[in-house]
Amino acid sequence: MITELGHFALILAFFVACFQSVVPLIGAHKRWAGWMAVAEPAATLQFVLTLGAFGALMWAFVTSDFSLELVVANSHSAKPLLYKITGVWGNHEGSMLLWVLIVTLFGAFAAWFGGNLPPTLKARVLSIQGLIGVAFFAFILFTSNPFLRMDVPPFDGRDLNPLLQDPGLAFHPPFLYLGYVGLSMTYSFALAALIEGRVDAAWGRWVRPYTLAAWIFLTIGIALGSWWAYYELGWGGFWFWDPVENASFMPWLIAAALLHSAIVVEKRESLKSWTILLAIIAFGFSMIGAFITRSGVLTSVHAFATDPERGVFLLMITGFFMMLGLTLFAARAGAMQAKGVFGLMSRETMLVANNVLLGVSAFVIFVGTIWPLISELMFDRKLSVGEPFFNMAFTPFMVVLGLILPVGAMLPWKRGNLGRVVKPLAGAFALAVAVGALAFAMQTERSALGPVGLFLAAWLVSGAAVDLWSRTGRGGGRLSRLTRLPRADWGKAVAHAGFGITIAGIAGMLAWEAEDIRVAQVGDSFDVSGLTITLDDVREVEGPNYLSTMADVTLSKGGSEISRLTPEKRIYPVAGMPTTEAAIDNGFLRDVYVVIGDEQAAGGWAVRTYYKPLANWIWGGAILMAIGGALSLSDRRYRVAAGARKTRAVGVPAE
Amino acid sequence: MKRLVLILCLLASPLWAVQPDEILDDPALEERAREISSGLRCLVCRNESIDDSNADLARDLRLLVRERLVAGDSDEEVVDFVVDRYGEYVLLNPVASGSNLVLWLAGPVMLILGGLLAAVYIRGRANSKPEGEAGLSAAEEARLREIMKD
Repeated sequence: MITELGHFALILAFFVACFQSVVPLIGAHKRWAGWMAVAEPAATLQFVLTLGAFGALMWAFVTSDFSLELVVANSHSAKPLLYKITGVWGNHEGSMLLWVLIVTLFGAFAAWFGGNLPPTLKARVLSIQGLIGVAFFAFILFTSNPFLRMDVPPFDGRDLNPLLQDPGLAFHPPFLYLGYVGLSMTYSFALAALIEGRVDAAWGRWVRPYTLAAWIFLTIGIALGSWWAYYELGWGGFWFWDPVENASFMPWLIAAALLHSAIVVEKRESLKSWTILLAIIAFGFSMIGAFITRSGVLTSVHAFATDPERGVFLLMITGFFMMLGLTLFAARAGAMQAKGVFGLMSRETMLVANNVLLGVSAFVIFVGTIWPLISELMFDRKLSVGEPFFNMAFTPFMVVLGLILPVGAMLPWKRGNLGRVVKPLAGAFALAVAVGALAFAMQTERSALGPVGLFLAAWLVSGAAVDLWSRTGRGGGRLSRLTRLPRADWGKAVAHAGFGITIAGIAGMLAWEAEDIRVAQVGDSFDVSGLTITLDDVREVEGPNYLSTMADVTLSKGGSEISRLTPEKRIYPVAGMPTTEAAIDNGFLRDVYVVIGDEQAAGGWAVRTYYKPLANWIWGGAILMAIGGALSLSDRRYRVAAGARKTRAVGVPAE
Repeated sequence: MKRLVLILCLLASPLWAVQPDEILDDPALEERAREISSGLRCLVCRNESIDDSNADLARDLRLLVRERLVAGDSDEEVVDFVVDRYGEYVLLNPVASGSNLVLWLAGPVMLILGGLLAAVYIRGRANSKPEGEAGLSAAEEARLREIMKD
């Protein structure tokens, strides 16, 4: 019964979305206040109905209702409750329902908190958001309905993919979707602005919180996924340049570019048409991400439900929204005149450089991701584009970005004097060079990666600190002024420092990792990077829905014990699949990563040990970036001054 | 769904990446073997190098690479040997020749284009007159009067 109600709510939500996408748009065109105002209750209703449908599906999972095909395929009665809940989105149909739920959530947000938007703009934004909803409701109902029943319900389900039964991966998809779908909001704002024919500072201010939110969620989502890969896949890789990873990374890069260019729109009323274009492209990349994950066009480790029919449908949705956006852009972008004037040496110029670097780096990843497809279709060459290519093609952009960032962040708007900016940064630069040189002197390898990475990290972190300090003015009381700086300033500094920390982590881990693979007898001790590893015991353990081979390992240094680790090797009998559960001793400067392998024919166990310098800095930096974004998002100007452009019932359309 | 299950079963081989018994006694040779195998793709996996992969085929390839190295091949000879048998598909780093030049040059060309566009835009902004000095439009004048009345 609950399932049918959920199914019905989903169909109703589809009709509400159809209504919402048409009526307010006409209302805004004809200036009929009633038709415009209907968008708000419609958005709320759409959200409530979708939430109901989602709740019904969750109920089916929690109560293990095996009359539902989806539950049978992805759940098992013995599965822990947490993974019954997260199993709702651990599959194609459920994850699309979560996706559309977030589409409606963002729409409802714009309806609830968009009180200071001009009514026409608000109606148009909600109507475009409704149109996006229509596309996805149709996609779910016609190709991937989660509410299909079984003719003969089985006694138990086939269990969720064991790799997904993990906290890191359980919450990775919702964050990613919040990010992807957050970009649908910026798309709606961009299209609404194009229809209105008007983009000004106020528009920049309205669209920036959504961009920021989307970017924060993408940051967290990507970091969670990479952290999961690190501890789960058994050898500590954290990024594979897999098509699906790239699919999440491209929107992140574009969102980062968008969020910087929206600042220029907000503060200087320049880069308007570029920002609109970026907003359209960002959503396009989100859609391409959905397409890549679910169509199976590109092979990837993320074997999601792949189905050509769904792929074609998603491609059509992507094509439709891109055509719509770009056509409107072509027709209307000319009307958007830049107002701000700025000199060559100015914050604006540096933000343009930021956009060029981020945009081109996303483009490089895009070309690399789809190249195997193009090459096979057009040149009949079946080939792979993997990690070595991306490392080589992508890294230079980030190095240049890191180099210019602290200078650009301190240059004043309009017209600046480079000398005046460089002077306070000289100390930071000297410190960074010293750190890089120290790293170079201490390492035994002859790779440039580690020293350059640490140099950039020190440069970014100290540059951010100098930037903050310089904002406190002169004379006494600078410390207390530091605490009263706008949150946006803090957010900027924290996020930029986080970028540096992540660079340090990646460089340190890639440059100075040590690895040990050996056969160890129970009781054996061996040394890795100055630490002693002892294999004390190996035993069989039974979990709720898996069997585990668990090793007891002691990690010690110079005779004193540091920690006890229990790496595991699990088998999930229902899914018939093994997983490794690495044991990691987390440290500030290094991780020790131990994996237990197979029992050897000649006795003993395969044991792998990795010494990973600065590993946690990768995710620490990502967390800092997200915190920086959140600080910026909480800046009071988004709450207090958000209504800077006073509402007018009748606007002046720019024809 | 069946396909997914099938794929998962294929993944479910009991082996893990580089095994202790594969490692060569000569550390220099082993280092080269690792270097080479991290650039070769495991053919039955999805975007993983044979160095990271757990599949049986990846193990066979790893052993093959080591065999060739022990036989005295240079790094290039080993890679060519594998490519001759399995095709260009095994290379994770695509060769920069023929149509692949498009891939390799896409980034630099786009950077130059983007840089040029940005330069033109910035020059245009730097040389234009501030619009504020051009005065207000009629509508803005009207709005200003309205505000001033309040």
